[in-house]
Amino acid sequence: MNAPADVPLAAARFTGERVPRKEDRRLLTGHGAYVDDVTMAGMVHGMFVRSPIARGRIVAIDVEAARALPGVRAVYTAADLDRHPAKLTGLYGSAESKFPDIWPLAKEDVRHVGDPVAIVLADDRYVAEDGAALVVVEYDDADAVVTIDDAATGAIVHPDLDTNVALMIATPEDPGLEAVFAGAAHVVTGTITHQRQAHVPMETRGIVAALQGSGEMLIHASCQSPHMVARYMDLAFAMPDLHFRVIAKDVGGAFGLKVQPWREEVAIVAAALLIGRPVKWIEDRLENLTASNQAREQDVTVRLAFDADATLLAADIDYRCNLGAYPHGADPNSLAMVMFPGPYKLPRYKFRAQGFYSNTAGQAAYRGPWAMESLARETLLEKAARQIGIDAVELRRRNLITAADQPHTMLTGFVIDRVTPRETLDKLVAHLDTPAFRAEQAAARAAGRYLGLGFAVYVEPTTMAFGGILSSDVADIRIEPTGKVTLTVSTHSQGHGTETTMAQLVADTLGVDIEDVSVMEDDSSRGGFGPGAGGSRQAVSGGGATLIASGKLADKIRAIAAHVLNASPDTISLAGGKVLVAGVAEMTTTVKEIAEIAYYQTERLPEGMEAGLEARHRYRPPPVVYSNAAHACTVEVDVETGMVKILRWVTCEDCGPMINPAVVEGQIAGGVVQGIGGVLYEQISYDARGNPTAVTFKDYLIPTAHDVPELEFLHIATPSASEGGFKGVGEGGAIVGPPTLVNAIADALAPFGADCLTLPLSPPRVLAEIGTRD
Amino acid sequence: MSSHAIETIVNGQSISAQVEARHTLADFLRGTAGCTGVHVGCEHGVCGACTVIVDGVAVRSCLMLAVQADGATVATAESLAAPDGTLHRVQQAMKDEYGLQCGFCTPGVVMTLAAITQGRSPDAEEIKDALSGHLCRCTGYQGMLKVAKRLGGEVQA
Ligand code: FES
Ligand code: FES
Repeated sequence: MNAPADVPLAAARFTGERVPRKEDRRLLTGHGAYVDDVTMAGMVHGMFVRSPIARGRIVAIDVEAARALPGVRAVYTAADLDRHPAKLTGLYGSAESKFPDIWPLAKEDVRHVGDPVAIVLADDRYVAEDGAALVVVEYDDADAVVTIDDAATGAIVHPDLDTNVALMIATPEDPGLEAVFAGAAHVVTGTITHQRQAHVPMETRGIVAALQGSGEMLIHASCQSPHMVARYMDLAFAMPDLHFRVIAKDVGGAFGLKVQPWREEVAIVAAALLIGRPVKWIEDRLENLTASNQAREQDVTVRLAFDADATLLAADIDYRCNLGAYPHGADPNSLAMVMFPGPYKLPRYKFRAQGFYSNTAGQAAYRGPWAMESLARETLLEKAARQIGIDAVELRRRNLITAADQPHTMLTGFVIDRVTPRETLDKLVAHLDTPAFRAEQAAARAAGRYLGLGFAVYVEPTTMAFGGILSSDVADIRIEPTGKVTLTVSTHSQGHGTETTMAQLVADTLGVDIEDVSVMEDDSSRGGFGPGAGGSRQAVSGGGATLIASGKLADKIRAIAAHVLNASPDTISLAGGKVLVAGVAEMTTTVKEIAEIAYYQTERLPEGMEAGLEARHRYRPPPVVYSNAAHACTVEVDVETGMVKILRWVTCEDCGPMINPAVVEGQIAGGVVQGIGGVLYEQISYDARGNPTAVTFKDYLIPTAHDVPELEFLHIATPSASEGGFKGVGEGGAIVGPPTLVNAIADALAPFGADCLTLPLSPPRVLAEIGTRD
Repeated sequence: MSSHAIETIVNGQSISAQVEARHTLADFLRGTAGCTGVHVGCEHGVCGACTVIVDGVAVRSCLMLAVQADGATVATAESLAAPDGTLHRVQQAMKDEYGLQCGFCTPGVVMTLAAITQGRSPDAEEIKDALSGHLCRCTGYQGMLKVAKRLGGEVQA
């Protein structure tokens, strides 16, 4: 393994500590600023008229009754919005992808239940809903394409495409592969099916759009980056004389759903252009569970070949996913194919992946969008361990890459470096006391109770700065004439805590108190473009930019101080808001005094130095940075009811040096619990006509405080090659969590020969696995 | 729509207003009273984000109509901290234990905790029961479970 990167924060006071979050006071006291908290004079409220059918032609739309309702100010259909045509662009996919024309409102036909057909603007939301109920749309109903199997054989979803396959990718033919399987000592097969999930941020989507004069569209949006929204709207409307400014202070969770604006947000901006008044739309939960983009719904058939020593010889996987009608991109989860080998030595690998369009809500990236690779690999490895008759941890140890193997080039081309899959697994196992658990398990089984222990190991590509919108982030930092520090950075928090973690980095680099640092990431008109949250990249990319920009500013302070104090710059250090000269206490000055010189007494600056105390850095992180982790959990399965109780959950991750361990653990926990929801409870379902059947929180069940264990956290911190050595941690829990839990349940039910490869493992499904229910 | 005159006390301020019969208490508090800390996460009584205290009892303000609050005293998260800014002990515990991330569920959570710990000392299990009526998509409830233990007296602050 390469030498660790230097961590430049030798005298860290804040970095690495459990610093209390700066954002918490306003959020705890009800003073957060979310999009629905924005009101403007003359603002009208939007409500969408949505398709009640999954597939059909629009025969007629009658908006007269709605327009006549007192308090309704406008009703727009696609024909009206076309005065400012705005075509939606996808975020994922390749040049070969087949991507349909997507417009904010349906034109000739509707393609999923919830497809927006018209928008009603009224004085308040209540009247807007009344108005929407008065819009009469006549449809010519057609049979819906709902499942992946429907899509593979049924009618074409998008008339402008000649197929329902958005993209198929595959490895080249490998004529020798079948001989490897034929000659293998063990071949293990299985099909893993993952249901559809919804992101369900507790704050739904929402937007306020208001023209400022004629040339600026001011937008408040619930999003993952105000810069991304501004960029997206500019591309969609392509109006040369219209500029977009986007503000997003507090956002109540996103998880991939809000990575870019989508049809409704674009429609609201178009409506604001037409009506010339501020327009607000706040999605309600029914819309969120039916019309917002969704995630997962995929299946993958896996074959693994092993030699007699349980060493992996080859893998062959065939993957399919349901992209719905209007996905955020036309990609068959390419990254899942790339990452399937994970942290294992895999000498031979074949894959095929297909993404299908259907008459269901479109797909969006969801926390670890490629997570199926870990679920498929880790569940099949434990199935292999059961089949071969070897301990699942031992099987992994025989196949995991070690420090000596790195840098390790995966068959798919990614080069994994500075990861610790073996070390995290060993540390986890040492903490667990597996023999004690196995004894407890045996005793329980003798008494008719079923306990299980499951493991999972994974490696995660983060940051993904290898091109496109994720390539860089920018930090602008300044010390105000008052001595206070303002960081404007292209990160964006939807709960990530970057207001705190970025301030920790700044405070240490400049030697100031964290209370004196404010972090601004809420306004696209300040700082510069950055993609915000996504790809577990903010600590790596935003953190790197912040460290380097702060370092430049620290250098400038030292240069000014050296000049005015007639000292050498390398004798000057910054601590406690002071500027110290080594060995000469009486020469101590303050950052505030240096700031006053930089702004007010510019004649005292070194010859030719730019006035002010400001610095900027746009950071290009390494193309890919790798995080890794091993998790284990134990469960008890009630074989009478099919209920699963999680007893214990231990995580051991390596996300590099932690800026704030409490924030790191918060990210891991949030991801794990979303994973628990995906394994046990959550399911977006449709009937055969394409009607969604889980449309409230009574049907779509997310975990509650009663459903979660108290996590035990272990950490290993191996620096990456990025500035600061950070690796990123946002998505991992949601990737490695699900196979951990599935494996524990399968272990508990091993006496029944259950594989547990069909999610969710709800009580009826568990009983089916046991064989007591179909 | 029928319109009704109501008088309420919200966070110590008396408010006289005309409300439509169908207006929820949540919308009244957010709109008329300006208490935007009242968050609406589902509008069907499951998520708990809209929880406020009405006459001493934790209530889901999306399930109550504004007209039903006529004559009532209502407290929202904005009123919990002391005038000098000192956080209420449930707010302080939530902060100390990293009980929040995006903060959207948070005002509802703190109002429930404030209501059930007002003048009584529920144990950790009862607090956890109360927490299970709140949906949080960010935290995995880890900090809140610590808050339950701390407020429940099992763990010293
Ligand atoms: S908004 Fe009231 S319970 Fe969800
Ligand atoms: S902190 Fe985001 S929903 Fe609870």
